[in-house]
Amino acid sequence: MGDFDFDVIQRSLPYLWKGMQYTLTLTLTAMTGGIFFGTFLAMAKLSVISPLSIVASAYVNLMRSIPLVLVIFWFYFLVPLLLQGLTGATEPVPVGSDQTALISFTLFEIAFYCEIIRAGIQSIPQGQVSAGKAVGFTYAQLMFYIVLPQAFRNMIPLLLTQTIVLFQDTSLVYVISVTDFLGAAAKVAQRDSRLVEMYSFVAVIYFLISFTLSQIVRRLQLKISIATR
Amino acid sequence: MITLDSVSKWYGKFQVLTDCTTAVNKGDVVVVCGPSGSGKSTLIKCINALEPFQKGSIFVDGTSVGRAKTDLPKLRSKVGMVFQHFELFPHLSIINNLTIAPIKVLKRSKDEAIENAMQLLDRVGLKSQAQKFPGQLSGGQQQRVAIARALTMDPIVMLFDEPTSALDPEMVSEVLDVMVELAQEGMTMMVVSHEMGFARKVADRVIFMDQGCIVEDTSKEEFFGSARSERAQQFLSKILSH
Repeated sequence: MGDFDFDVIQRSLPYLWKGMQYTLTLTLTAMTGGIFFGTFLAMAKLSVISPLSIVASAYVNLMRSIPLVLVIFWFYFLVPLLLQGLTGATEPVPVGSDQTALISFTLFEIAFYCEIIRAGIQSIPQGQVSAGKAVGFTYAQLMFYIVLPQAFRNMIPLLLTQTIVLFQDTSLVYVISVTDFLGAAAKVAQRDSRLVEMYSFVAVIYFLISFTLSQIVRRLQLKISIATR
Repeated sequence: MITLDSVSKWYGKFQVLTDCTTAVNKGDVVVVCGPSGSGKSTLIKCINALEPFQKGSIFVDGTSVGRAKTDLPKLRSKVGMVFQHFELFPHLSIINNLTIAPIKVLKRSKDEAIENAMQLLDRVGLKSQAQKFPGQLSGGQQQRVAIARALTMDPIVMLFDEPTSALDPEMVSEVLDVMVELAQEGMTMMVVSHEMGFARKVADRVIFMDQGCIVEDTSKEEFFGSARSERAQQFLSKILSH
Protein backbone atom coordinates (compact mmCIF):
# COMPACT_ATOMS: atom_id res chain seq x y z
CA MET A 1 0.00 0.00 0.00
CA GLY A 2 2.92 2.30 0.62
CA ASP A 3 3.50 2.64 -3.09
CA PHE A 4 0.46 4.85 -3.65
CA ASP A 5 1.05 8.50 -4.36
CA PHE A 6 -2.14 10.47 -3.99
CA ASP A 7 -0.30 13.77 -4.35
CA VAL A 8 -0.54 13.23 -8.08
CA ILE A 9 -4.16 14.30 -7.83
CA GLN A 10 -3.33 17.59 -6.23
CA ARG A 11 -0.56 18.27 -8.72
CA SER A 12 -2.80 17.69 -11.69
CA LEU A 13 -5.93 19.41 -10.32
CA PRO A 14 -5.87 22.39 -12.73
CA TYR A 15 -5.66 20.01 -15.68
CA LEU A 16 -8.40 17.77 -14.30
CA TRP A 17 -10.58 20.84 -13.71
CA LYS A 18 -10.22 21.76 -17.35
CA GLY A 19 -11.40 18.27 -18.24
CA MET A 20 -14.32 18.60 -15.85
CA GLN A 21 -15.25 21.92 -17.43
CA TYR A 22 -15.51 20.20 -20.79
CA THR A 23 -17.60 17.38 -19.28
CA LEU A 24 -19.98 19.91 -17.72
CA THR A 25 -20.19 21.95 -20.93
CA LEU A 26 -21.01 18.83 -22.91
CA THR A 27 -23.61 17.71 -20.37
CA LEU A 28 -25.32 21.10 -20.18
CA THR A 29 -25.25 21.64 -23.96
CA ALA A 30 -26.70 18.22 -24.73
CA MET A 31 -29.29 18.67 -21.98
CA THR A 32 -30.40 22.15 -23.07
CA GLY A 33 -30.42 21.23 -26.75
CA GLY A 34 -32.04 17.89 -25.99
CA ILE A 35 -34.89 19.40 -23.97
CA PHE A 36 -35.43 22.33 -26.33
CA PHE A 37 -35.47 20.38 -29.59
CA GLY A 38 -36.92 17.33 -27.85
CA THR A 39 -39.99 19.40 -26.96
CA PHE A 40 -40.61 20.25 -30.60
CA LEU A 41 -39.86 16.71 -31.68
CA ALA A 42 -42.36 15.42 -29.11
CA MET A 43 -45.04 17.78 -30.42
CA ALA A 44 -44.23 16.65 -33.96
CA LYS A 45 -44.51 13.03 -32.90
CA LEU A 46 -47.92 13.64 -31.35
CA SER A 47 -49.06 15.75 -34.28
CA VAL A 48 -52.17 14.83 -36.25
CA ILE A 49 -50.26 15.77 -39.41
CA SER A 50 -49.03 12.30 -40.24
CA PRO A 51 -45.86 13.05 -42.29
CA LEU A 52 -44.58 15.12 -39.38
CA SER A 53 -45.33 12.40 -36.89
CA ILE A 54 -43.80 9.69 -39.07
CA VAL A 55 -40.53 11.58 -39.56
CA ALA A 56 -40.30 12.38 -35.86
CA SER A 57 -40.98 8.78 -34.84
CA ALA A 58 -38.42 7.50 -37.33
CA TYR A 59 -35.77 9.80 -35.91
CA VAL A 60 -36.49 8.80 -32.33
CA ASN A 61 -36.53 5.10 -33.18
CA LEU A 62 -33.28 5.34 -35.11
CA MET A 63 -31.41 7.18 -32.37
CA ARG A 64 -32.74 4.90 -29.66
CA SER A 65 -31.74 1.79 -31.60
CA ILE A 66 -28.08 2.50 -32.20
CA PRO A 67 -25.30 2.80 -29.63
CA LEU A 68 -24.12 6.28 -28.75
CA VAL A 69 -20.54 5.39 -29.66
CA LEU A 70 -21.69 4.68 -33.17
CA VAL A 71 -23.38 8.07 -33.45
CA ILE A 72 -20.14 9.69 -32.35
CA PHE A 73 -18.14 7.69 -34.90
CA TRP A 74 -20.58 8.51 -37.64
CA PHE A 75 -20.21 12.15 -36.98
CA TYR A 76 -16.48 12.04 -36.59
CA PHE A 77 -15.69 10.05 -39.72
CA LEU A 78 -18.62 10.48 -42.07
CA VAL A 79 -19.68 14.09 -41.66
CA PRO A 80 -16.29 15.36 -42.93
CA LEU A 81 -16.84 13.23 -46.06
CA LEU A 82 -20.38 14.54 -46.37
CA LEU A 83 -19.17 18.11 -46.08
CA GLN A 84 -16.54 17.39 -48.71
CA GLY A 85 -19.23 16.16 -51.06
CA LEU A 86 -21.45 19.14 -50.35
CA THR A 87 -18.81 21.84 -50.63
CA GLY A 88 -16.83 20.16 -53.40
CA ALA A 89 -13.60 20.38 -51.42
CA THR A 90 -10.67 18.22 -52.45
CA GLU A 91 -10.21 16.73 -48.98
CA PRO A 92 -12.63 15.74 -46.21
CA VAL A 93 -13.58 18.81 -44.14
CA PRO A 94 -12.63 18.08 -40.52
CA VAL A 95 -15.28 18.98 -37.93
CA GLY A 96 -13.06 18.85 -34.85
CA SER A 97 -13.58 16.38 -32.07
CA ASP A 98 -14.96 18.88 -29.53
CA GLN A 99 -17.70 20.00 -31.91
CA THR A 100 -18.34 16.44 -33.02
CA ALA A 101 -18.97 15.46 -29.44
CA LEU A 102 -21.28 18.41 -28.76
CA ILE A 103 -23.36 17.85 -31.90
CA SER A 104 -23.58 14.07 -31.76
CA PHE A 105 -24.48 14.05 -28.06
CA THR A 106 -27.17 16.66 -28.61
CA LEU A 107 -28.64 14.78 -31.57
CA PHE A 108 -28.63 11.58 -29.56
CA GLU A 109 -30.12 13.08 -26.40
CA ILE A 110 -32.91 14.84 -28.32
CA ALA A 111 -34.44 11.42 -28.98
CA PHE A 112 -34.34 10.42 -25.32
CA TYR A 113 -35.62 13.71 -23.92
CA CYS A 114 -38.29 13.64 -26.64
CA GLU A 115 -39.71 10.38 -25.30
CA ILE A 116 -39.84 11.73 -21.75
CA ILE A 117 -41.52 14.93 -22.91
CA ARG A 118 -43.98 13.05 -25.11
CA ALA A 119 -45.07 10.99 -22.11
CA GLY A 120 -45.30 14.19 -20.07
CA ILE A 121 -47.53 15.86 -22.63
CA GLN A 122 -49.75 12.78 -22.82
CA SER A 123 -50.07 12.72 -19.03
CA ILE A 124 -52.05 15.97 -19.11
CA PRO A 125 -55.77 15.12 -18.94
CA GLN A 126 -57.87 15.67 -22.06
CA GLY A 127 -60.11 17.97 -20.01
CA GLN A 128 -57.30 20.49 -19.68
CA VAL A 129 -56.81 20.46 -23.42
CA SER A 130 -60.55 20.96 -23.97
CA ALA A 131 -60.63 23.81 -21.45
CA GLY A 132 -57.68 25.49 -23.16
CA LYS A 133 -59.31 25.17 -26.55
CA ALA A 134 -62.64 26.37 -25.16
CA VAL A 135 -61.23 29.73 -24.04
CA GLY A 136 -59.98 30.29 -27.59
CA PHE A 137 -56.31 29.31 -27.43
CA THR A 138 -54.56 28.35 -30.64
CA TYR A 139 -52.55 25.11 -30.64
CA ALA A 140 -49.32 26.98 -29.85
CA GLN A 141 -50.92 28.95 -27.01
CA LEU A 142 -52.53 25.82 -25.63
CA MET A 143 -49.18 24.04 -25.57
CA PHE A 144 -47.17 26.95 -24.26
CA TYR A 145 -49.49 28.25 -21.54
CA ILE A 146 -51.42 25.18 -20.44
CA VAL A 147 -49.98 21.80 -21.43
CA LEU A 148 -46.20 22.23 -21.30
CA PRO A 149 -45.99 24.07 -17.96
CA GLN A 150 -47.97 21.27 -16.30
CA ALA A 151 -46.14 18.56 -18.20
CA PHE A 152 -42.69 19.89 -17.33
CA ARG A 153 -43.60 20.08 -13.69
CA ASN A 154 -44.42 16.37 -13.73
CA MET A 155 -41.37 15.56 -15.82
CA ILE A 156 -38.61 17.32 -13.89
CA PRO A 157 -37.48 14.20 -12.00
CA LEU A 158 -37.32 12.13 -15.18
CA LEU A 159 -35.51 14.85 -17.10
CA LEU A 160 -32.95 15.12 -14.31
CA THR A 161 -32.49 11.36 -14.19
CA GLN A 162 -31.82 11.37 -17.93
CA THR A 163 -29.28 14.15 -17.34
CA ILE A 164 -27.47 12.03 -14.77
CA VAL A 165 -27.21 9.21 -17.31
CA LEU A 166 -26.02 11.72 -19.87
CA PHE A 167 -23.40 13.07 -17.46
CA GLN A 168 -21.96 9.59 -17.09
CA ASP A 169 -22.19 8.86 -20.81
CA THR A 170 -20.09 11.90 -21.69
CA SER A 171 -17.04 9.84 -20.75
CA LEU A 172 -17.56 8.03 -24.07
CA VAL A 173 -15.93 10.94 -25.88
CA TYR A 174 -12.62 9.23 -25.17
CA VAL A 175 -13.19 7.29 -28.39
CA ILE A 176 -12.46 10.41 -30.41
CA SER A 177 -9.70 11.59 -28.03
CA VAL A 178 -11.55 14.52 -26.51
CA THR A 179 -10.10 15.47 -23.15
CA ASP A 180 -13.03 15.40 -20.78
CA PHE A 181 -12.72 14.74 -17.06
CA LEU A 182 -12.04 11.03 -17.50
CA GLY A 183 -9.79 11.74 -20.49
CA ALA A 184 -7.70 14.21 -18.51
CA ALA A 185 -7.37 11.77 -15.63
CA ALA A 186 -6.42 8.94 -18.01
CA LYS A 187 -3.68 11.05 -19.56
CA VAL A 188 -2.21 11.93 -16.19
CA ALA A 189 -2.49 8.32 -15.11
CA GLN A 190 -0.55 7.12 -18.14
CA ARG A 191 2.08 9.84 -17.91
CA ASP A 192 2.81 9.32 -14.20
CA SER A 193 1.96 5.62 -14.04
CA ARG A 194 -0.60 6.35 -11.33
CA LEU A 195 -3.54 4.36 -12.72
CA VAL A 196 -5.09 3.23 -9.42
CA GLU A 197 -4.95 6.65 -7.82
CA MET A 198 -6.36 8.53 -10.77
CA TYR A 199 -9.11 6.07 -11.65
CA SER A 200 -10.18 5.85 -8.02
CA PHE A 201 -10.35 9.63 -7.80
CA VAL A 202 -12.38 9.85 -10.99
CA ALA A 203 -14.79 7.21 -9.74
CA VAL A 204 -15.31 9.03 -6.45
CA ILE A 205 -16.02 12.33 -8.20
CA TYR A 206 -18.47 10.77 -10.67
CA PHE A 207 -20.16 9.02 -7.78
CA LEU A 208 -20.44 12.13 -5.65
CA ILE A 209 -21.95 14.23 -8.43
CA SER A 210 -24.35 11.57 -9.70
CA PHE A 211 -25.41 10.53 -6.21
CA THR A 212 -26.07 14.11 -5.13
CA LEU A 213 -28.16 14.71 -8.22
CA SER A 214 -30.16 11.54 -7.72
CA GLN A 215 -30.87 12.56 -4.13
CA ILE A 216 -32.18 15.88 -5.44
CA VAL A 217 -34.38 13.97 -7.87
CA ARG A 218 -35.78 11.92 -5.03
CA ARG A 219 -36.66 15.00 -3.01
CA LEU A 220 -38.25 16.67 -6.02
CA GLN A 221 -40.30 13.58 -6.69
CA LEU A 222 -41.58 13.60 -3.14
CA LYS A 223 -42.39 17.30 -3.32
CA ILE A 224 -44.28 16.95 -6.58
CA SER A 225 -46.26 13.96 -5.38
CA ILE A 226 -47.35 15.93 -2.30
CA ALA A 227 -48.23 19.00 -4.34
CA THR A 228 -50.42 17.07 -6.74
CA ARG A 229 -52.16 15.04 -4.07
CA MET B 1 -77.60 32.46 -32.36
CA ILE B 2 -77.01 28.69 -32.60
CA THR B 3 -78.63 26.45 -35.18
CA LEU B 4 -78.10 22.72 -35.54
CA ASP B 5 -79.32 21.04 -38.69
CA SER B 6 -79.55 17.24 -38.75
CA VAL B 7 -76.24 16.73 -36.95
CA SER B 8 -75.03 13.14 -36.89
CA LYS B 9 -71.92 11.71 -35.34
CA TRP B 10 -70.34 8.29 -35.22
CA TYR B 11 -67.61 6.75 -33.10
CA GLY B 12 -66.40 4.20 -35.62
CA LYS B 13 -69.59 2.37 -36.52
CA PHE B 14 -71.47 3.36 -33.41
CA GLN B 15 -73.80 6.26 -34.02
CA VAL B 16 -73.87 8.65 -31.04
CA LEU B 17 -75.93 11.44 -32.57
CA THR B 18 -78.74 10.99 -35.07
CA ASP B 19 -80.17 13.91 -37.05
CA CYS B 20 -80.19 16.41 -34.22
CA THR B 21 -81.94 19.59 -35.26
CA THR B 22 -82.64 22.52 -32.96
CA ALA B 23 -81.91 26.20 -32.45
CA VAL B 24 -81.07 28.48 -29.57
CA ASN B 25 -82.12 32.10 -29.96
CA LYS B 26 -80.52 35.10 -28.35
CA GLY B 27 -81.47 35.30 -24.69
CA ASP B 28 -82.83 31.76 -24.59
CA VAL B 29 -82.07 29.40 -21.76
CA VAL B 30 -82.27 25.83 -23.05
CA VAL B 31 -81.85 22.85 -20.73
CA VAL B 32 -80.81 19.56 -22.30
CA CYS B 33 -81.62 16.46 -20.30
CA GLY B 34 -81.87 12.75 -20.82
CA PRO B 35 -80.49 9.46 -19.53
CA SER B 36 -76.74 8.95 -19.46
CA GLY B 37 -75.30 7.89 -22.78
CA SER B 38 -77.99 9.72 -24.68
CA GLY B 39 -75.49 12.06 -26.33
CA LYS B 40 -76.26 15.29 -24.46
CA SER B 41 -72.63 16.11 -23.64
CA THR B 42 -71.45 15.08 -27.08
CA LEU B 43 -74.02 17.35 -28.68
CA ILE B 44 -73.01 20.39 -26.63
CA LYS B 45 -69.33 19.73 -27.32
CA CYS B 46 -70.02 19.70 -31.05
CA ILE B 47 -71.22 23.28 -30.82
CA ASN B 48 -67.75 24.66 -30.06
CA ALA B 49 -66.02 21.94 -32.06
CA LEU B 50 -64.48 20.13 -29.10
CA GLU B 51 -66.03 17.08 -30.74
CA PRO B 52 -66.14 16.69 -34.51
CA PHE B 53 -69.33 15.59 -36.25
CA GLN B 54 -69.64 13.86 -39.60
CA LYS B 55 -72.99 14.96 -40.99
CA GLY B 56 -75.23 18.01 -40.84
CA SER B 57 -74.30 21.56 -39.97
CA ILE B 58 -73.95 23.78 -36.93
CA PHE B 59 -73.92 27.57 -37.13
CA VAL B 60 -72.87 29.77 -34.25
CA ASP B 61 -73.52 33.47 -34.76
CA GLY B 62 -73.52 32.91 -38.52
CA THR B 63 -70.27 30.93 -38.60
CA SER B 64 -70.26 27.31 -39.72
CA VAL B 65 -68.56 25.14 -37.09
CA GLY B 66 -67.91 22.14 -39.32
CA ARG B 67 -66.24 23.93 -42.21
CA ALA B 68 -62.53 23.21 -42.50
CA LYS B 69 -61.68 26.87 -43.06
CA THR B 70 -63.39 28.14 -39.92
CA ASP B 71 -61.11 29.89 -37.43
CA LEU B 72 -62.00 27.67 -34.48
CA PRO B 73 -59.99 29.52 -31.79
CA LYS B 74 -61.79 32.73 -32.73
CA LEU B 75 -65.17 31.02 -32.69
CA ARG B 76 -64.49 29.34 -29.34
CA SER B 77 -63.36 32.62 -27.79
CA LYS B 78 -66.94 33.87 -28.25
CA VAL B 79 -68.52 30.76 -26.72
CA GLY B 80 -68.15 30.28 -22.98
CA MET B 81 -67.94 26.71 -21.75
CA VAL B 82 -68.24 25.25 -18.27
CA PHE B 83 -67.17 21.65 -17.76
CA GLN B 84 -68.35 18.90 -15.48
CA HIS B 85 -64.95 18.65 -13.81
CA PHE B 86 -64.29 22.42 -13.72
CA GLU B 87 -60.98 22.13 -15.60
CA LEU B 88 -59.38 25.17 -14.03
CA PHE B 89 -55.69 25.41 -14.90
CA PRO B 90 -54.06 23.95 -11.77
CA HIS B 91 -50.67 25.60 -12.31
CA LEU B 92 -52.15 29.10 -12.37
CA SER B 93 -53.60 31.15 -9.51
CA ILE B 94 -57.31 31.97 -9.66
CA ILE B 95 -56.68 35.47 -10.94
CA ASN B 96 -54.32 34.15 -13.63
CA ASN B 97 -56.90 31.53 -14.60
CA LEU B 98 -59.24 34.44 -15.30
CA THR B 99 -56.80 36.76 -17.04
CA ILE B 100 -54.66 34.52 -19.23
CA ALA B 101 -57.19 34.10 -22.04
CA PRO B 102 -58.32 37.76 -22.18
CA ILE B 103 -54.67 38.86 -22.30
CA LYS B 104 -53.43 36.27 -24.78
CA VAL B 105 -56.51 35.79 -26.94
CA LEU B 106 -58.34 39.11 -26.77
CA LYS B 107 -55.08 41.10 -26.40
CA ARG B 108 -56.45 43.08 -23.48
CA SER B 109 -54.02 44.96 -21.26
CA LYS B 110 -53.07 43.27 -18.02
CA ASP B 111 -54.66 45.99 -15.87
CA GLU B 112 -57.90 45.84 -17.79
CA ALA B 113 -57.99 42.04 -17.59
CA ILE B 114 -57.35 42.06 -13.85
CA GLU B 115 -60.01 44.70 -13.20
CA ASN B 116 -62.56 42.75 -15.21
CA ALA B 117 -61.57 39.48 -13.54
CA MET B 118 -61.93 40.94 -10.06
CA GLN B 119 -65.40 42.23 -10.90
CA LEU B 120 -66.44 38.78 -12.09
CA LEU B 121 -64.92 37.10 -9.04
CA ASP B 122 -66.85 39.51 -6.89
CA ARG B 123 -69.99 38.59 -8.77
CA VAL B 124 -69.53 34.88 -7.99
CA GLY B 125 -68.59 35.76 -4.42
CA LEU B 126 -64.95 34.71 -4.56
CA LYS B 127 -63.03 37.97 -4.70
CA SER B 128 -61.08 37.03 -1.57
CA GLN B 129 -59.78 33.84 -3.20
CA ALA B 130 -58.07 35.57 -6.14
CA GLN B 131 -54.52 34.72 -5.12
CA LYS B 132 -55.18 31.08 -4.26
CA PHE B 133 -54.67 28.09 -6.52
CA PRO B 134 -57.51 25.88 -7.82
CA GLY B 135 -56.45 22.96 -5.62
CA GLN B 136 -57.08 25.05 -2.50
CA LEU B 137 -60.74 25.64 -3.37
CA SER B 138 -63.80 23.44 -2.84
CA GLY B 139 -65.58 21.95 -5.84
CA GLY B 140 -68.37 24.48 -5.69
CA GLN B 141 -65.93 27.35 -5.50
CA GLN B 142 -63.91 25.94 -8.40
CA GLN B 143 -67.01 25.68 -10.55
CA ARG B 144 -67.96 29.27 -9.75
CA VAL B 145 -64.46 30.34 -10.75
CA ALA B 146 -64.86 28.32 -13.96
CA ILE B 147 -68.07 30.22 -14.74
CA ALA B 148 -66.29 33.51 -14.07
CA ARG B 149 -63.41 32.40 -16.29
CA ALA B 150 -65.80 31.75 -19.17
CA LEU B 151 -67.43 35.15 -18.60
CA THR B 152 -64.11 37.02 -18.85
CA MET B 153 -64.25 36.49 -22.61
CA ASP B 154 -67.61 38.33 -22.90
CA PRO B 155 -69.18 35.29 -24.56
CA ILE B 156 -72.26 35.60 -26.74
CA VAL B 157 -73.49 32.26 -25.43
CA MET B 158 -72.62 30.02 -22.48
CA LEU B 159 -72.51 26.23 -22.72
CA PHE B 160 -72.73 24.19 -19.52
CA ASP B 161 -71.81 20.51 -19.59
CA GLU B 162 -73.33 18.95 -16.46
CA PRO B 163 -71.98 21.76 -14.28
CA THR B 164 -73.23 20.33 -10.99
CA SER B 165 -72.97 16.58 -11.41
CA ALA B 166 -69.42 16.32 -10.01
CA LEU B 167 -70.27 18.38 -6.94
CA ASP B 168 -71.08 17.35 -3.41
CA PRO B 169 -74.81 17.89 -2.83
CA GLU B 170 -74.33 20.84 -0.46
CA MET B 171 -72.38 22.72 -3.10
CA VAL B 172 -74.87 22.37 -5.93
CA SER B 173 -77.00 25.33 -4.93
CA GLU B 174 -74.15 27.86 -4.78
CA VAL B 175 -73.35 27.04 -8.43
CA LEU B 176 -77.01 26.99 -9.50
CA ASP B 177 -77.55 30.39 -7.86
CA VAL B 178 -74.85 31.88 -10.06
CA MET B 179 -76.38 30.25 -13.13
CA VAL B 180 -79.89 31.46 -12.27
CA GLU B 181 -78.58 34.98 -11.89
CA LEU B 182 -76.87 34.73 -15.27
CA ALA B 183 -80.04 33.48 -16.91
CA GLN B 184 -82.07 36.28 -15.38
CA GLU B 185 -79.62 38.82 -16.75
CA GLY B 186 -80.47 37.63 -20.23
CA MET B 187 -77.44 35.46 -21.04
CA THR B 188 -78.00 32.95 -23.82
CA MET B 189 -77.40 29.56 -22.25
CA MET B 190 -77.44 25.92 -23.23
CA VAL B 191 -77.26 23.71 -20.17
CA VAL B 192 -76.84 19.95 -20.06
CA SER B 193 -78.18 19.10 -16.65
CA HIS B 194 -80.46 16.93 -14.58
CA GLU B 195 -81.29 19.83 -12.28
CA MET B 196 -85.00 20.02 -12.99
CA GLY B 197 -85.40 22.69 -10.33
CA PHE B 198 -83.12 24.91 -12.35
CA ALA B 199 -85.01 24.07 -15.53
CA ARG B 200 -88.36 24.93 -13.94
CA LYS B 201 -87.02 28.20 -12.63
CA VAL B 202 -85.27 29.74 -15.61
CA ALA B 203 -85.44 27.55 -18.71
CA ASP B 204 -87.32 28.79 -21.74
CA ARG B 205 -87.12 25.42 -23.43
CA VAL B 206 -86.27 21.87 -22.53
CA ILE B 207 -84.68 19.39 -24.90
CA PHE B 208 -84.96 15.73 -24.02
CA MET B 209 -82.54 13.34 -25.64
CA ASP B 210 -82.47 9.57 -25.82
CA GLN B 211 -80.08 7.29 -27.74
CA GLY B 212 -78.58 10.13 -29.72
CA CYS B 213 -81.88 11.61 -30.85
CA ILE B 214 -83.69 14.73 -29.79
CA VAL B 215 -86.98 13.25 -28.60
CA GLU B 216 -88.56 16.36 -27.14
CA ASP B 217 -87.88 20.01 -27.88
CA THR B 218 -90.62 22.02 -26.22
CA SER B 219 -91.31 24.94 -23.96
CA LYS B 220 -90.73 24.37 -20.27
CA GLU B 221 -94.46 24.57 -19.51
CA GLU B 222 -95.29 21.91 -22.01
CA PHE B 223 -92.42 19.67 -20.96
CA PHE B 224 -93.30 19.63 -17.29
CA GLY B 225 -97.00 19.71 -18.02
CA SER B 226 -97.41 16.78 -20.34
CA ALA B 227 -94.17 15.58 -21.84
CA ARG B 228 -95.46 13.82 -24.91
CA SER B 229 -93.10 10.92 -25.41
CA GLU B 230 -93.39 7.94 -23.18
CA ARG B 231 -89.62 7.81 -22.75
CA ALA B 232 -89.53 11.38 -21.44
CA GLN B 233 -92.38 10.67 -19.05
CA GLN B 234 -90.54 7.65 -17.70
CA PHE B 235 -87.38 9.69 -17.30
CA LEU B 236 -89.19 12.52 -15.54
CA SER B 237 -91.04 10.23 -13.18
CA LYS B 238 -87.75 8.64 -12.21
CA ILE B 239 -85.80 11.78 -11.47
CA LEU B 240 -88.67 13.78 -9.99
CA SER B 241 -89.80 11.10 -7.57
CA HIS B 242 -86.65 11.53 -5.50
